[in-house]
Amino acid sequence: MPPAEHHDHAHQDVPSDLALRVKALESLLVEKGLVDPAALDALIDTYENKVGPRNGARVVARAWAEPAYKARLLADGTSAIAEFGFSGRQGEHMVVVENTARVHNLIVCTLCSCYPWPVLGLPPVWYKSAAYRSRAVVDPRGVLREFGLEIGEDVEVRVWDSTAELRYLVLPERPAGTDHLSEEDLAALVTRDAMVGVAKVEYPKPGETA
Amino acid sequence: MNGVHDMGGMHGMGPVKHEKDEPVFHAPWEGRTFALTLAAGAWGKWNIDAGRHEIELIPPAQYLRMSYYERWYVRLVELLAKRELVSREELETGHAKPGVPKASPRLTAGQVPALLSAGALASRRIAESPRFQPGQRVRARNIHPAGHTRLPRYARGKQGTIDRHRGGFVFPDTNAHFLGEKPQHVYSVRFAARELWGDQASPRDAVYIDMWDDYLEPA
Repeated sequence: MPPAEHHDHAHQDVPSDLALRVKALESLLVEKGLVDPAALDALIDTYENKVGPRNGARVVARAWAEPAYKARLLADGTSAIAEFGFSGRQGEHMVVVENTARVHNLIVCTLCSCYPWPVLGLPPVWYKSAAYRSRAVVDPRGVLREFGLEIGEDVEVRVWDSTAELRYLVLPERPAGTDHLSEEDLAALVTRDAMVGVAKVEYPKPGETA
Repeated sequence: MNGVHDMGGMHGMGPVKHEKDEPVFHAPWEGRTFALTLAAGAWGKWNIDAGRHEIELIPPAQYLRMSYYERWYVRLVELLAKRELVSREELETGHAKPGVPKASPRLTAGQVPALLSAGALASRRIAESPRFQPGQRVRARNIHPAGHTRLPRYARGKQGTIDRHRGGFVFPDTNAHFLGEKPQHVYSVRFAARELWGDQASPRDAVYIDMWDDYLEPA
């Protein structure tokens, strides 16, 4: 799909020559021996193809399937997530917060766009937007409503503002009727949005039948 | 600094626009800017706090107009020049100054997986025990540093409760300015939504903010 159809928001004022300026900067840095184009390709490939929300979904599915793993995950997110080999850059200090019938957690970074890269990949545009960063702390229920999520008055909404080097992952509630599903099938239900706290995990998936 | 980046609680930014099946990068230059920033960062000439602060230094009107990766591009150019990996003249001409030796060793593709999986630990061992205990009432100090800080404006002067101690961490307010790591204890502090926003907020809700010891005082 041509990107032009998709980046109408927050990109409208990008100077037309920005692509050229980035290209010129890259060639200068290569000429000076500061960067290797193959390393740039590897960095891009990592986040386009290897690291993304499927990692986090596997963590969530295991927490649902194995109570002992869930206990480890909530006690020490970094170590439990590292059991999958997910670690490092922007996930050095992981904290997992659990959604229940009484508590709904929502993650934001009001000051920049901190996000747990090893489990969710790079953040989407909406997470980095001024609209989300400004409103998630003052009007979380209004923001969630825009995502189609109505949180009952009897449920406590906890917003986690990622101001330090701790990175947060929401452990969503396991949907009802999924007792027969394998860990792999469970992982397929888990979305990025649910792990940020702007959605619930649904079963069957929207548009599908069980 | 009291910059426009410190957005928590601001109005007028519009609705949150969710894009279905969003690509990781919306154009090739975004991916190149991301990768150039990480590869140049591997020289160790700046740290994550300095990187964040450089984005905060973009004038407010420009900051709001720019896309996320455009800010990254501006930051990279500024850091390269300020930390003297590249001269302003070279940035202007687009070519290395003749006679300047090539930098070495640069990050190679083979080193990328190790670089990313190692990350950069911001935690530090601290000999003194934490000043505050879980359950203790605290107040976020009413301070307005002109430099980098991770104490959001909406929390300053507000009272909260220590939820838990998170360990010792590098202090961004000094590290961003290359004034040392000044490691100190970090706590997750629970602020009742009504303490922050008044009666318009739900009486049940709360915002948890990670705070360095220097940001807090007993309440």
